[in-house]
Amino acid sequence: MTALRPGRRAGPAEPDEVLAAMADPTRRRLLGVLAADGPATASTLADGLPISRQAVAKHLAVLSRAGLVTSSKHGRDVRFAVRTGGLSEAADWLAGLAAEWDDRLAAIKRIAETNE
Amino acid sequence: MSQDLIEREILIEASRERVWAVLTQAKHVAGWFGDSAEIDLRPGGKAAFGWTQYGTHRAVIERVDEPNLLSYRWARDTDVEPAEGASTLVEFTLTEVFAGTLLRVVETGFASLHATPAEQDKALQDNTEGWTSELAELKEYAERSAA
Repeated sequence: MTALRPGRRAGPAEPDEVLAAMADPTRRRLLGVLAADGPATASTLADGLPISRQAVAKHLAVLSRAGLVTSSKHGRDVRFAVRTGGLSEAADWLAGLAAEWDDRLAAIKRIAETNE
Repeated sequence: MSQDLIEREILIEASRERVWAVLTQAKHVAGWFGDSAEIDLRPGGKAAFGWTQYGTHRAVIERVDEPNLLSYRWARDTDVEPAEGASTLVEFTLTEVFAGTLLRVVETGFASLHATPAEQDKALQDNTEGWTSELAELKEYAERSAA
């Protein structure tokens, strides 16, 4: 049978920037707040977290580069919101890796259940 | 520890010993993982999974507890050492059930692949839930609030 190739090269491209963005717990927390409470400014986000507004702005910039948040101007405020498309791409990539394990487990089952 | 993970399982109608053999014997492994396999089955032992078309992914065995548990760290890229930050950890657990064997696989370590060393340290001290599940939850949340 044709062996299943490793997930490294199959399926959608690996979302490097998303993975890097998600590697930081503070950034995951910011995403969580934005997802749960809706769009907010860097100042509002900083009020609810034990970090400075500057630090929040830096994290938001990383999230923005990774395509996980968008920003829009409302008067003098810049409001940030979760970009669901970015989350979907990363979720799809992970789902692809999980599907590969399903294929491998099915192959293990076939071999194990076949008499030697 | 930050548990960025993929977790899957399957019920196999065969004994744990049989499933263990399929997981660990090179002749069987080549049937479900790559085209060729070499495995030195002991903690710290080296393994290599070769794909004719893509090259060889090196691995190092972490835990061997026959026929209960097997884990190894495998390099993400071909022909490189499975070092921390360049590899993910795969852990198989075999549980005896009425109909045979429940085989579970968990792959972790995707977060540290692209993290800075400082972030990796932070991730180790981090007690939050797995971020792969967070990702799905975030997506759901965001879609609900957008609707």
